Amino acid sequence: METLTFRYKVTKSIPRSAHVGVVGSGDLEILMEPVNNGYADVAIRTRFAGYSQIWQGLLDRFFASNDIMAKIEINDFGATPGMVSMRLLQALEVSQDENK
Amino acid sequence: MNNLNVMIPPERSWTTRRDRKASQIAKILGITKGLVIPTDKIVEVLETLILSGDRIALEGNNQKQASFLSAALNQVNPDKINNLHMIMSSISLPDHLDIFEKGIAKKLDFSYAGAQSLRMAQMIEDGVVTVGAIHTYLELYARLFVDLTPNIALVAADKADAQGNLYTGPNTEDTPAIVEATAFRDGIVIVQVNELSDSLPRVDIPGSWVDFVVVADKPYKLEALFTRDPRNISELQILMAMMTIRGIYERHQVTSLNHGVGFNTAAIELLLPTYGESLGLKGKICRNWALNPHPTLIPAIESGWVDSVHCFGGEVGMEKYVAARPDVFFTGRDGSMRSNRAFSQVAGQYAVDLFIGSTLQMDSEANSSTVTLGRLAGFGGAPNMGHDPRGRRHTTPAWLNMITGDSSIQRGKKLVVQMVETFQQGNNPVFVESLDAIQVGRDANLPIAPVMIYGDDVTHVVTEEGIAYLYKANSLEERRQALAAIAGVTPVGMRHDLSTTEKLRKDGLVALPEDLNIKRTEAKRSLLAAKSIDDLVSWSAGLYEPPAKFRSW
Repeated sequence: METLTFRYKVTKSIPRSAHVGVVGSGDLEILMEPVNNGYADVAIRTRFAGYSQIWQGLLDRFFASNDIMAKIEINDFGATPGMVSMRLLQALEVSQDENK
Repeated sequence: MNNLNVMIPPERSWTTRRDRKASQIAKILGITKGLVIPTDKIVEVLETLILSGDRIALEGNNQKQASFLSAALNQVNPDKINNLHMIMSSISLPDHLDIFEKGIAKKLDFSYAGAQSLRMAQMIEDGVVTVGAIHTYLELYARLFVDLTPNIALVAADKADAQGNLYTGPNTEDTPAIVEATAFRDGIVIVQVNELSDSLPRVDIPGSWVDFVVVADKPYKLEALFTRDPRNISELQILMAMMTIRGIYERHQVTSLNHGVGFNTAAIELLLPTYGESLGLKGKICRNWALNPHPTLIPAIESGWVDSVHCFGGEVGMEKYVAARPDVFFTGRDGSMRSNRAFSQVAGQYAVDLFIGSTLQMDSEANSSTVTLGRLAGFGGAPNMGHDPRGRRHTTPAWLNMITGDSSIQRGKKLVVQMVETFQQGNNPVFVESLDAIQVGRDANLPIAPVMIYGDDVTHVVTEEGIAYLYKANSLEERRQALAAIAGVTPVGMRHDLSTTEKLRKDGLVALPEDLNIKRTEAKRSLLAAKSIDDLVSWSAGLYEPPAKFRSW
């Protein structure tokens, strides 16, 4: 088990919260909540330690293209980086959906 | 002397092969009953008919194995029979490599070794197996008629009659190609059968091509290699499948195709009746297939998407379903399917709009290989289907769609698509700076690096990030950029300059899901036409009979 935290300076708020994925083998759960403090704070709890570089790379890329103020909690059970990336973007889609 | 006063060497025999065959066969006349070898005499017969150094074609197919004959070959005395040169499409069983360990066989020309890839790599490194070359299937059959004609063929059939006519049925696979090459150049054809029968359902191989038949102690081994449980398809694979249907099949009007086996392509097959239907694509795409009888194609067939399927081999459990759908599949007068790998490979080479497959590793120029450190899996059909055959002359909309630019002398291309997640399970990047295959090739003393599909044949790459339309690139640098743009956080992807993505998207070199009007949240398992093996059985109205290992009831 490993816990990692990351913080990014951001500007745009999101309309609503999002909850995607499941903590199943090869998968991950992402909870995304709107905040208003000018930062995006990401907390990751992962079953598999030693991949902080890859998490860093994934999140750097995500926030480089998506300027959103959110508190993000990730519970990971060995998802591949591709899966993480898809879930992050799914969470973003849900959080931007004004209609729900 | 002749008119030109040229010295002609003394009388040479022009029948050495025929004479040799006759003298070998004469040695076993006392043992055989007509063309039947008694089951318990098989080892003795092999020891007598085979000569050290002979070229042996052993089946070794993808699905079907002449397992009785390979077990018997393992029992010959290596002091009597050694240094055999094996020609095999697929190294599938431990027996296939045991003969090398025992010194019975020395050299190997083959195509695929998926099930034995670890041991194969080790034995090549140790010098126990000397590899002639790794081939793609069709290429190996081609050489049977040129410089690798077998002395002996050891093949498997379902049934034989007293004249040696063979019924090979749905599992015909490579047998006709191997037997033809051997029979018509005075090789000896030995067939293991499940049973002798007075009347065959139909004749797949005529008795005049067959020398000997032996009833095996049990039916030849058969593997269900093309069955994929829909339960194991992930949302990621569904997302990639949606992108492929929209961004490639629809965009380029792909009507004929081959799917390389895998969960990615199974997802595409299961999305046609649902996602494909929602796009109004039935009848417009995916009508004609060169494909093994994938159970995951059942919903699309039942929903009216499929005009025809020609199969490389059979699939355990699909026999009754196929026999009940003769409008779609190739079946004989007896009603059962006829497969033929050689012809299916020809179809996959020249007659399809598109090939789509996957790989374990890809470099920044889209060269790919499944040969990785410690594993030598070979190539199977991928190099054949995954290349652009420049001999093709007929056109289809998809093939013409690959033309970029304007000129009076033009040609289209086959769409060759590689569909890969950026990382495999265990966080192994698929996109790498340099293929392991280069090092493995050196360690195995292969003359060139064992590349499965070359980058310059690849027209599209699909990852979970998006699609790279490589065929549109105007330079090698542009190709690399387009590929890096969808390579995620792999070493190749990390070198991608994110600021160039906009331009690549605008120029149509890269499409992200949003560019294809696809929301990632739509990639749900509920979109699959069948979510379990049980669902597939229902779709087939009980005609599909999954083998035990796929049944959960």
